[in-house]
This record gives sequence, C-alpha cells and structure tokens, in this order.
Amino acid sequence: MAGRWTLRAVVLVYLGAILLIPVGLVMYKTFEPGIGAVWDAVTTPAAIHAFWLTVTVTAIAVPLNAAFGVLTALVLVRGKIRGRRVLEAFIDLPFAVSPVVVGLALVLLYGRTGWLGDELASTGIKIIFSTPGIVLATIFVTLPFVVREVVPVLREVGNDQEQAASTLGASGWQAFWRITVPSIRWGLAYGVVLSTARAIGEFGAVSIVSGKISGETETLTLLVEKRYTNFDLAGAYAASALLAVIALATLLAMTLVHRRKDAE
Amino acid sequence: MTTAQVSVDRPRRRIRSGGADALKFGISTLWLSVIVLLPLAAVVSRSFEDGFAAFWSSAFSPQGTAALVFTLWMSLLVTAINGVLGTLTAWVLVRDQFRGKQVLNVLIDLPFALPTIVAGITLLALYGNAIAYTKWAVLLALMFVTLPFCVRSVQPVLIELDKEMEEAAASLGASPLVTFRRIILPNLLPSIVSGCALAFARAVGEFGSIVLISGNIPFDTQVSSVFAFKQLESDNVRGAAAVSVVLLVMALVILFAMRFVERWNPGTRGE
Repeated sequence: MAGRWTLRAVVLVYLGAILLIPVGLVMYKTFEPGIGAVWDAVTTPAAIHAFWLTVTVTAIAVPLNAAFGVLTALVLVRGKIRGRRVLEAFIDLPFAVSPVVVGLALVLLYGRTGWLGDELASTGIKIIFSTPGIVLATIFVTLPFVVREVVPVLREVGNDQEQAASTLGASGWQAFWRITVPSIRWGLAYGVVLSTARAIGEFGAVSIVSGKISGETETLTLLVEKRYTNFDLAGAYAASALLAVIALATLLAMTLVHRRKDAE
Repeated sequence: MTTAQVSVDRPRRRIRSGGADALKFGISTLWLSVIVLLPLAAVVSRSFEDGFAAFWSSAFSPQGTAALVFTLWMSLLVTAINGVLGTLTAWVLVRDQFRGKQVLNVLIDLPFALPTIVAGITLLALYGNAIAYTKWAVLLALMFVTLPFCVRSVQPVLIELDKEMEEAAASLGASPLVTFRRIILPNLLPSIVSGCALAFARAVGEFGSIVLISGNIPFDTQVSSVFAFKQLESDNVRGAAAVSVVLLVMALVILFAMRFVERWNPGTRGE
C-alpha cells in the first residue's frame, strides 16, 4: 500500500512540475490583467492577420496530407508492389528530422540561391518568405500523421468487404467511398486532429521559411516569439493563451475521437 | 507500351488492380519525394559543395562538436528520465485509481498539442529566474516536449497485459519487485524501447521550446538545432547545411534502429 502511494506521489509531482503548474501559471499570468486586456492583445491587426494565416495554412496542408495519407496507407497495406518497404521506411522521416533542417531544406530548394531559385525568379513565383513556403513546411512536418493512424486500421479491417462489393459489381471508386472510407473514418479523423495540432503549432520550420514579415507572413507562433523577444510579455502570454486554448480544444477532440475509435 | 501488350493475356481483374497499384504507389512516392526527399537532397548537396574537407570542418568545428555532444548527452538523459518516469506514469494511469485520473490521462497529451514556442515561454514564466540560460533549462524543455512518448507507448501494452501471470508469480512466493523485474518488465520492454527511441529522436532535433530558454551560449547551452539556425541567420548557409546533415544522419540512424527493434519484436506492431 505504501508503495502505491509513493508511486502515485512521484508521478503527480513529476507531472505537476513539468506540465500542470507551468501551464496553469501562464494561464493565470495571462488573465491577471483582466480579460479585456487579453482580448485587445489578440485582436490587434497583426494578431488577426497571424490568426487567419495560421488557419489558411492549416486548411491547405491538412486536407492534402489527409488525401495523400490515405492513398499511401492503401499502398503500404494493400499494395503488393516492390518498393513499398522503402516507401514505408522513409514515411516517418519528418517525425525524426529537426524543424530547423526542414526550414533550411526548403530554402535550399526554393530560395534565391536554391536549386530552383533561378527558375522561380524568372517565372515570378515566390515561395520562400511567402505563404507557399509556410504551406510546404507545414505539409512536410505533418506528412506522416494520417498514414500512421490509418495503416493499423486498414490492417485490422482486412479487405473482405471490398472484395464482396467488387464481386457484386461495385467499381473501385464506389467500393472506396462506401466501404473503405467508412471503415477507416475514426483512424483518419484521429490523424487529421493530430496533423491540425501540429500544423497550428509548428514554429521552427515556419520561422525559417517565412521571413517573419508582420501582417504578411507572420503566423501565430511567430507572433508569440516576436512579442516575447520585444519584451511585450503580456502580449506574448495573450497570444500563447489563444494557442493554448486551441491546444486544449484539440485535446478534447483527440479524446472524443479516440474513444469512438476504440469503441469500433 | 510493352507492358500493355503483355498484359492482354492476363485475367482482366489483375491488370486493373496491378495498374491501379502502380499508379497509387507512383503518386505516393512522388508526393514523398517532392515534399520531403528533394528538399533534404538539396541540404546534402549544399553541405558538400566545397568538398568533403570543408563539410567536415563546418560540421565538426570545436563549437559544432561541443553543441553536438551537448545535444546527445541531454537527449540521452531526457530519454532515460522518460523511460523511468514515463513507465511509472503509465503504470499509475492504468493500475491506480484516484479522482481526477481521467483528466490527468487527457492532459498527458498536452505537450503534443501545445506549440513548442508556447512550451518554452511557459517554462520560462515559472522557472525563468532560477534556470534560464543554464543546462537545466534545456533539460526541462526537453522533458516537457518528450513527456507523452513513453507514457503513450507503454500504456496500451500495460492495459492488455494479463494479470494472471503476476498473480501466479505472487502465489509462488515472488516479491513485488521480483514480479516486476521478471514478469512485467520483459513484457513492457519493447514498448519502452520504442517510446524512448521516439523521445530521443524528438529531443535531438528539438528547436522551438529551447530557442528562448537556452540562451544559446556556445560551449555551454548551445544545442545543434539552434546552432544551425544561428549559422543560417548569419548567412553561413553551407555551415548550417553541414550541421543539418549531421542531424539528418542521426534521424535516419534512429529511424532504422527503430525498424530493427520492431522487426526483432513483431508484437509491437500488431501485424
């Protein structure tokens, strides 16, 4: 019995010191000057622009990765093609690569002195220090989430139902929408929630490719950093609190989706 | 052209699914290549543009080596802490019962959902006066961002773990410690290892939570990712690329080590 209490105490102190007290304190410090001040700090023109840029980038990156993630999962689980082992080995790479490396990689490919720099300059397309660069960085870092969540579900459900559908005359496309998608929906939903959280929160890769132009290429996380380094602590905490609220909403969605996923 | 002619003789269904398979594989591979592999190839190419000697002296300059060694030690330390405390946390969340456990269980994932820059500011707000710009700050930031990995990897295995074995061991006179060491730990080990590997990979590359809190003091609190970032900021692109290549190689080594461990113990993948 004493052992159980010790274990519980150790874990609670650990989680408290690392997680709960710091997050609680920032929330407290944020709202100490009153909700009005917080509201003002997150509704400045720069903050509103940063919010919408973050939303836009997420709205482009996440659906693309969802579509390609499902396709890749189908290839990895159902495909019999040679080379899918190699694909599988590299699909997790974005999880292990440092965000700094991601940002630098995009600069060296699409930047002024990059591989495609001259071609892009002559056609007038701007990727680095512009929204497309931020989108590409976000797609890079969130690429494996949907694949990782859908692959085990596909393995579990097997393809008997799809074969039955195709025996009954369904086209591949019909079988996909009526059989495959419904059976993987909660795994897919979980992957989408995780991708969304990461897309909203990405900092390192985005900070390198964005150029941090206020009111133009500044996302919410970049706004937090800028305010902090400019000693606008209250402003930084307010923007952090906004991101923390989004994070908590994500957690809630994760819990609900996870429960549905486990129930099936 | 040749494939089309050859496939005429085959049953129809196989042609269709074979072609669709190849198309899907092609699209997936192209997507991965354009988004991930091509940019990374650009980094490798830039790091070697002045030859191998130049790459080596940039990647392993005294300052770069110090940053790399510090990064590795911190990552190992934080991985060890995660392995022990993460497993304990998973244990308490699965086997213990107390009020608020469900809320705690949900909050474990908070470091995954909270942006890293916010994590850095959060830790600065609480511990800033005491530890900002010290090695402790880096350790604390890494502990925060890697917290869920081991817990979430061990927890499902622990839920599935059959209690009968433990009861049998106990009824045969094994002490709780012996039961843990001989029965529980061997069952959990693969999931602890894979959780730790993920935590290690994350720690080696971590940037957002560290950049503000570490102070980036060379030969002291400078980690490799922040070192690469600062080199890029001071327009030493090739130097940044060289450090990035070292980080990239480490990421690949960790990934392939993980695959090896998974194959060595197929139970962890549910295949």
